[in-house]
Amino acid sequence: MLDNQSLYKTMLRIRRFEERALAEFSTGKLFGTTHAYIGQEADAAGIFAAADPGDVVFSNHRCHGHFIAYGGDPYRLAAELMGKATGLVGGRGGSQHIQWRNFYSNGIQGGIVPVAAGMALAEKVQNTGKVALVFTGDGTLGEGVFYESLNIASLWKLPVVFVVENNRYAQTTPVELALSGSICGRFAAFDIPAWERDTTDVLEVRAAAAEAVGYARAQTGPVGLILRTYRFAAHSKGDDVRAPSEIAAFKDKDPLTVHAPRLGDDERARIEAEVAAEIEEAFTRAASDPFPMMKDEK
Amino acid sequence: MPTVLERLNHALHHALETDPRVHLLGEDILDPYGGAFKVTRGLSTDFPDRVHTTPISEAAIVGVANGMALRGLRPVAEIMFGDFVTLAADQLVNHAAKFRWMYNDNVRVPLVVRTPMGGRRGYGPTHSQSLEKFFLGVPGLKVVAPNTLGDPADLLAAAIAADDPVLFIEHKLLYTRPLLEAGVGDLRDMQIETAGGPYPAHLLRFTPHSHLTIATYGYNFELARQAALDLLYEHEIFAEIVLFSQLSPFNIDPLLESVQRTGRLLTVDEGTLSLGWGAEVISRIVERSNDLSRYYVSRVAALDLPIANSKALEDEILPSQEKITEAAIELYHEEGASHQSSR
Repeated sequence: MLDNQSLYKTMLRIRRFEERALAEFSTGKLFGTTHAYIGQEADAAGIFAAADPGDVVFSNHRCHGHFIAYGGDPYRLAAELMGKATGLVGGRGGSQHIQWRNFYSNGIQGGIVPVAAGMALAEKVQNTGKVALVFTGDGTLGEGVFYESLNIASLWKLPVVFVVENNRYAQTTPVELALSGSICGRFAAFDIPAWERDTTDVLEVRAAAAEAVGYARAQTGPVGLILRTYRFAAHSKGDDVRAPSEIAAFKDKDPLTVHAPRLGDDERARIEAEVAAEIEEAFTRAASDPFPMMKDEK
Repeated sequence: MPTVLERLNHALHHALETDPRVHLLGEDILDPYGGAFKVTRGLSTDFPDRVHTTPISEAAIVGVANGMALRGLRPVAEIMFGDFVTLAADQLVNHAAKFRWMYNDNVRVPLVVRTPMGGRRGYGPTHSQSLEKFFLGVPGLKVVAPNTLGDPADLLAAAIAADDPVLFIEHKLLYTRPLLEAGVGDLRDMQIETAGGPYPAHLLRFTPHSHLTIATYGYNFELARQAALDLLYEHEIFAEIVLFSQLSPFNIDPLLESVQRTGRLLTVDEGTLSLGWGAEVISRIVERSNDLSRYYVSRVAALDLPIANSKALEDEILPSQEKITEAAIELYHEEGASHQSSR
């Protein structure tokens, strides 16, 4: 089990990475777009504190936080965002399409969900003891294939953890305009046990994730893990139409603020300095790396 | 000779028997039904743990198969009717086909999606189409179509053994057709040359001095072959046929070699005419030529309409032997026939 310092450090690494990534658009080092995880760090830090290092992960367009909490190298991710040859996938994928070890991400809503179910099936028939975790959001629940996947995962008892990070907005559309019924009820309809938490406390997320992941592994079956959270950053870069007062009202739920009192001032200062140096090193080093060349394609 | 159906069934049985990583997924594929077209008959009895009948969920069938392929298995998914493959298009185009390249060759996706296409069984607008044209030219996705000349079992075995995704298009009318035998029956007077890797192209001709070339694939080879025999015996026109097994990506060279000799190319396929397979084939021939005036080209394909339920209308909409014969005669008589005979 990760201690409080490690959890704080994981969340801070995500926060500082995302802040730096957003800032690098104005320097021209990043182009295109990105989807920052700022505000949701407790989810990734808590879940990966509960999962096994060998578990299989399929993440989505907002994948940086998951990747860093999974144990990924911020330097390789920064290089990927910059389109460098040294990036995770050589600059071919960019922000939303990365792959490293058992971590995968894709930028299509919904489509990754059956893929994760299939991964869980493969792990099951090969008796690896691994579970598959797939990250979705409230917006993903509009996609029909999500429900096809719940159905099959329940029928075939696939060890897959369906994470729903409900950050209350699908791009700009509030959940009230896009989602009928309850999220928990969706899992109940398929007889899939689900853990639902309205929290940004990493310890509470970790506890729920430990139960959910543990259940999926022990029972070799699917579970839901529904986490109500809030994203402080825009959906991508400049597309935020929420009232500043609404965002401000959530600031006391900032996962870093919630967790910070569990650390001493000195510990926090030390972690802050370590993370700052790491992120600086990651982006500086990535910036000086070469761009990729086209390979000879068959 | 065995039928195409028997050979496909054999290939699946053999793959399941020899490779424990092979799994089948699809709707209604369990015995005693054994699949809507019976390609999977007997397999769930012999391999109950690796033949998975699914809900009616085409996107999830291919999605699950994708995930299995990424994690060490060799799934073969069946889409009951090719018309339904549009429901799985996202999985094919944005997932299976992209993963390897997008992830910088970190992963491979040994996935096969089999599906029957084609009309003439009176199934109407949503169970008769040939939709493969929408999946041609998708980077990272191979599209393969069996026929009665090469062994369909070899094609399917190669697709299952391949480390990259293959969309395997089986025309419904091929299932009950027996494989052809060189030197016998329709092939009695034809010479056959086969070139290319696991999904070869075949050249069939009566003489080295053919008047025109017909390019085709899948079931439409049955029609084109009958047309070629008719053209020879009734009209004294020598047509040679280039029969493709691999539709995308594809090598134009076997066809180019033929068309450079005949100067006349007729493409025959069952997709809708506009912006279809024939258009790409002809474009490639033309762009490899430095003298466009040398070539005369024509296409036979489905009319740009849904496929009607009524046989009277369906016959009008889809290619037929008569339409191929007629188009070939017209092509043969195009202005410039003199430069044919001058050779």
